[in-house]
Amino acid sequence: MTSREDQTRALQQMERTAATRRTVRRIVVFAVFVVVLGLAYAGYKWFGQSIDDAQTSWPVIGELLPPTDDLTMPPIVDIIAEFAQPPQRNSGKPLGAFIAEAALFTFREAAVGFAFGVVLGLLLAIVMLQSRWLERGMSPYLVASQTIPLVAIAPIIVIWGSNSMTWLPFEWPRWMSVAIIATYLTFFPVAMNGIRGLKATDPASDELMRSYAASRRQTLFKLQLPASVPYLFAAFKIAATAAIVGAIVGEISGGVGGGLGRLILDFASRYTTGPERLYAAVIGAALLGIVAVGLVILAEYLVLAKRHDESTAL
Amino acid sequence: MTTEHAAVEIVDMDKYFNQSKPNEVWALDAINLSIETGSFVSLIGPSGCGKSTLLRLMGALTHPTNGQILINGKPADDARTDRDYGMAFQHSGLFKWRTISQNIELPLELMGWGKQDRKARSDELLELIKLPDFGDHYPSELSGGMRQRVAIARSLSFRPSLLLMDEPFGALDEMTREHMQDELLDIWRRTGKTIVFVTHSIPEAVYLSQRVIVLSPRPGRIASDIPVDLGERVFETREDPRFFEKVTQVREALRFEESPQ
Amino acid sequence: MTSRFLKAAGPAVILGVGGVLLWEIAMRVIQPEGFVLPAPSEILAAFAENAGDIWTATVNTGYIVITGLVAGVILGLAWALAVSRFRIANETLTPLGIMLNAIPIIALAPIFNAWFGLLSPVSNQAIVVILVFFPIFINTTRGLTSIDATEHELMRSYAASKWDITREVRFPNAMPYFFTALKISASLAVIGAIVAEYFGGRQDALGPLIVQNAGLTRYAEAWAAVLAGSILGILLYLAAGAIERASMPWMSSVSASG
Repeated sequence: MTSREDQTRALQQMERTAATRRTVRRIVVFAVFVVVLGLAYAGYKWFGQSIDDAQTSWPVIGELLPPTDDLTMPPIVDIIAEFAQPPQRNSGKPLGAFIAEAALFTFREAAVGFAFGVVLGLLLAIVMLQSRWLERGMSPYLVASQTIPLVAIAPIIVIWGSNSMTWLPFEWPRWMSVAIIATYLTFFPVAMNGIRGLKATDPASDELMRSYAASRRQTLFKLQLPASVPYLFAAFKIAATAAIVGAIVGEISGGVGGGLGRLILDFASRYTTGPERLYAAVIGAALLGIVAVGLVILAEYLVLAKRHDESTAL
Repeated sequence: MTTEHAAVEIVDMDKYFNQSKPNEVWALDAINLSIETGSFVSLIGPSGCGKSTLLRLMGALTHPTNGQILINGKPADDARTDRDYGMAFQHSGLFKWRTISQNIELPLELMGWGKQDRKARSDELLELIKLPDFGDHYPSELSGGMRQRVAIARSLSFRPSLLLMDEPFGALDEMTREHMQDELLDIWRRTGKTIVFVTHSIPEAVYLSQRVIVLSPRPGRIASDIPVDLGERVFETREDPRFFEKVTQVREALRFEESPQ
Repeated sequence: MTSRFLKAAGPAVILGVGGVLLWEIAMRVIQPEGFVLPAPSEILAAFAENAGDIWTATVNTGYIVITGLVAGVILGLAWALAVSRFRIANETLTPLGIMLNAIPIIALAPIFNAWFGLLSPVSNQAIVVILVFFPIFINTTRGLTSIDATEHELMRSYAASKWDITREVRFPNAMPYFFTALKISASLAVIGAIVAEYFGGRQDALGPLIVQNAGLTRYAEAWAAVLAGSILGILLYLAAGAIERASMPWMSSVSASG
């Protein structure tokens, strides 16, 4: 029996090293991609400069090729340097710090919205599980709800939030309205994957629980919910990005200050006095999205590794 | 305390699926069966004969169309709520997110046993199935045979008097299978349970049980009821001429007219 | 046949009609002042009144959506075909694609406006193309590469050429994956186009229509424009479904994560 234990332990060790190697490789690939992108950017700039931007007048694809002057496409070095400069208005903190703070603000909105969305989505999935009739009835609307560009209604939500929530004992913060948008974008993938995961139980396990005369609640908590965890994580990865996007767009359309959305809007409107800042803010937003999904992947690894389970993609 | 009732008592039982519908299936016909407490009985028959259905009927996972099923003198449903029986299937059905101990303790959790009691019982059972060091492992780390042992331990955890087993060793290779059969007999001897065992394998049925019940092709009827008296099973039993005689007898009993199935 | 259809569609219809009725009644009873979500009847009335503007806006936005969708699908398919042929490419580029998809694409809108001009449709189309590209690429690649080992061996035993295998095994296998992604992309394209219109583009499109009306607290009109956007999205989704059923009479799509 000891040799079997050794065997399984050796296998686990192998799997872990393989997984680490995979992760390292993916980080390397991403880094290479960033470098290649930078080279392509610089290369295109150099090319355009050398022919005096003649490519913009080429037939057919001319429209698709941006001009390469420093205003439209600031040099990469300038963009990177900009992170360390204080933005023109407020001297003191470097731009990088401002962007980081704004990113944190946006992250908080997205996280709160995500949390509510997960709870709502799960509740909806559990409700649909109880009744096939309800499931069949609600699915088309769930799908359709995602075609409603709610993000476009964000200003309404924000205004409505400040006006109608006056009955609350505290002041309704405007960023809460943005969080609601993030909630809306989260709950759909969670609900859809949740119902699939809850139903993805082994028929033998279902019969086992019936043979124990287990109550509905017991079956839900001891069998169906644990079985749905891999599916939920797949949804979380999608929802994480969606929540961030919802937060940024919500901020922009709702005029909510403090986050990346406002920063991007500001730098876009003052583009001509410092195009590098816009690029810097956009890079910040890109990194925020990656970090958000990265956190979910980390959580997934921790939860599933303990269960010796397989994760879905990536 | 001697039970007056037989462990399983089935009277005039028929089972139809989807009755009166175009896809009606007549699964079982006029089953009359009585199984003594403490005995080991096998159910065998061709594919589709309804042996798994019969087992599930005993376990109140489905209900008879006509007739009666009594477990320990009670209707099967009551026996289920009283948790009078444990079940084991071909797929061990262990929850992959629970450790081995947690899997064994699952029914006990559902019944509201306290943490100490559960731990004591699962440790006890791990000893019984000879896997004392594997409590904190996960099912994915165990072989198929080991998982089946855990499934059997789980089915014994709440001390049911009756064990219903549906081809639990079907997915195992021959050598592991024979090993598991001896383990099961050992457990049977030590615990005195009544065991109803469904199998496809004639040697397995003969080796394990005191009584082999042969079902006919659909609709399943009890075609033969063959007693097996080979005494205590030892290694040589499988090579004993009397074993082969019994196997042949069962095989003959399984020879039915060519029926479309 | 019809009874089965009723059984499938029944609950949805009942819930939908019931929900709308309930909403209408609630609004008439409570009559809240300038509520953010007006009664269905008000929204429909606003829709009818502004039908002309809404139609123009839908056509303009729809142009961006459809051109972006087509371009994104072509690009996504091309990449999927290229990447699926070479295992190394698949192993490096597909995870990269998944990672890149984590970036909030919409944040690129202001940069595209600087590149292609605020009023040029290209800046919005570019957003739609990128949004559509990723699901198509990732899903189709998965479909092309996850073929049954048995089917593959069978074809090789027939000494089938690589192209034969691609045509007879990989393509049919990939189709459910592709169509799942197409349906996702259709809704993404509509939402992406409308939101990109915030940042720039012509003013007689759905995005600006929604925002301007909302800013003037003309909620019914704003929602009417939203309704138009949803209808556009649903129509595209249904069109994708119809193409799917026509090209795959033997099965229904794999419903991946929605």
